[in-house]
Amino acid sequence: MGAGHAHVLYRAGDTPVHRLPPEVKIAAMVLFTLAVVATPREAFWAFGGYALLVAVVAALARVGARWLLLRAMIELPFVLFAFALPFLGAGERVGLAGLQLSVDGLYGGWNILAKGTLGVLASLLLAATTTTRDLILGLDRLRCPQVLTQIATFMLRYLDVLVAEARRMRVARLSRGDDPRFLWQLRGFAAGVGALFLRAFERGERVYLAMLSRGYTGRMPVVWQGAGAATAGQWAVAAVVPVVAVAIAAAALVLT
Amino acid sequence: MQTLAMHISNGIINGPVAAVFGALALAALTFCVLRARADLDDRLAPMAGLVAAFIFAVQMLNFPIFTAGVSGHLLGGALAALLVGPWVGALCVAVVLVVQALVFGDGGVAMLGLNITNMALLGTAAAYLLIALLLRVLPRTRAGLAVTAFVSALVSVVVASQGFVLQYALGGTTDLGGNLAGLAGTMAVAHLLIGIGEGLITATTVLTVAKVRPDLVYALRSRRAAAPAVAVPVAGGVR
Repeated sequence: MGAGHAHVLYRAGDTPVHRLPPEVKIAAMVLFTLAVVATPREAFWAFGGYALLVAVVAALARVGARWLLLRAMIELPFVLFAFALPFLGAGERVGLAGLQLSVDGLYGGWNILAKGTLGVLASLLLAATTTTRDLILGLDRLRCPQVLTQIATFMLRYLDVLVAEARRMRVARLSRGDDPRFLWQLRGFAAGVGALFLRAFERGERVYLAMLSRGYTGRMPVVWQGAGAATAGQWAVAAVVPVVAVAIAAAALVLT
Repeated sequence: MQTLAMHISNGIINGPVAAVFGALALAALTFCVLRARADLDDRLAPMAGLVAAFIFAVQMLNFPIFTAGVSGHLLGGALAALLVGPWVGALCVAVVLVVQALVFGDGGVAMLGLNITNMALLGTAAAYLLIALLLRVLPRTRAGLAVTAFVSALVSVVVASQGFVLQYALGGTTDLGGNLAGLAGTMAVAHLLIGIGEGLITATTVLTVAKVRPDLVYALRSRRAAAPAVAVPVAGGVR
């Protein structure tokens, strides 16, 4: 349980973005997203500006466009709604390629797609440049209540174990002729889930007791040692992204 | 569309409504944090982490409903309420949502307040109220516990989905005209199906845990106090 608790999305590297302290990156990412969401949907150019900003940060972090776009597919199920809106929306309609589409619905769909995608890209960049351990550290330094960081620490710690265990159990079931595709086969899946849960809990409990006996009090040592916290300079560097985004958002609000 | 209520992505609900729900979620979570401190002992801390990891993992594994490409995933609110209680449970689901939004881009960061309100607060609250009621009414058997888990999980999913409908009515970015009732109906039906799956999984998981380690089920704590025959190894006991 020592080093190397990186998650699947983490891209190891040593770029200026990787080196920034996590709390700075989290704050920048959240502010950027808020600025994007506050932008009126008619200001198409603003979204181009945000995309450019994301591209610059991605280039600085040496995260490839291909990797970003592939991973961004994760949002597809969540924005399917966007594609339905032009058909569902009320009000004025336009004919487009033989379809009668709602104008408001088209704008709404674009709104969700653009803001959703930019949000996903921003979180992917954070994920690609920050290990989960650093992420918790950042949340702790941002004065997130200790109960929450504690739960999050354990969650991320047990996640890999759980996923690997689940995969093993699934393979075991498949190799015994199970075909877990239909509703009535849910029971087998669910029974496995119960077993998975217990196995993982008993392991987690041992880990926790071991941590307690080594002086764990609910916070990771790095936090109370206070080393590596962000300097004013680093805050200033990272602030460039949200400041530009807020400027774009403000301009868009004034212009439209 | 089913996955929609589970994780609202950026831009679906307008800014002011998102901000109001963000403030609401923050206030409610603060209250949960205060209450959770009393609950979170040596046994519950790793359990809370595991419940969160479990919800996180199971939310990634979509299970199909029918064969027609419609799929949904567990919300976990009822499971969390049963195993770690309402306060820590709500925090577990909230932590899952925060990490998903920050790292995986599931659900927009700006929409976190809405997502937390639906899934962590509404879902867990509805589940726990039902659990408290049903455990009192139903016989104290495995079947009673199973029915409690099933019903509370089912209802919590539907309640969470209706939370989305309410938010959309207040601040949906696109006017659906008279389709709002339709949206509510679609969401309710779809989530009834998801809820059945969630109910089955919650019931079997809780039954398994209750069979092997009844000391770990928060909802059964009061029952244990009444029946001291069950010796509880505090701090979990390395078995």
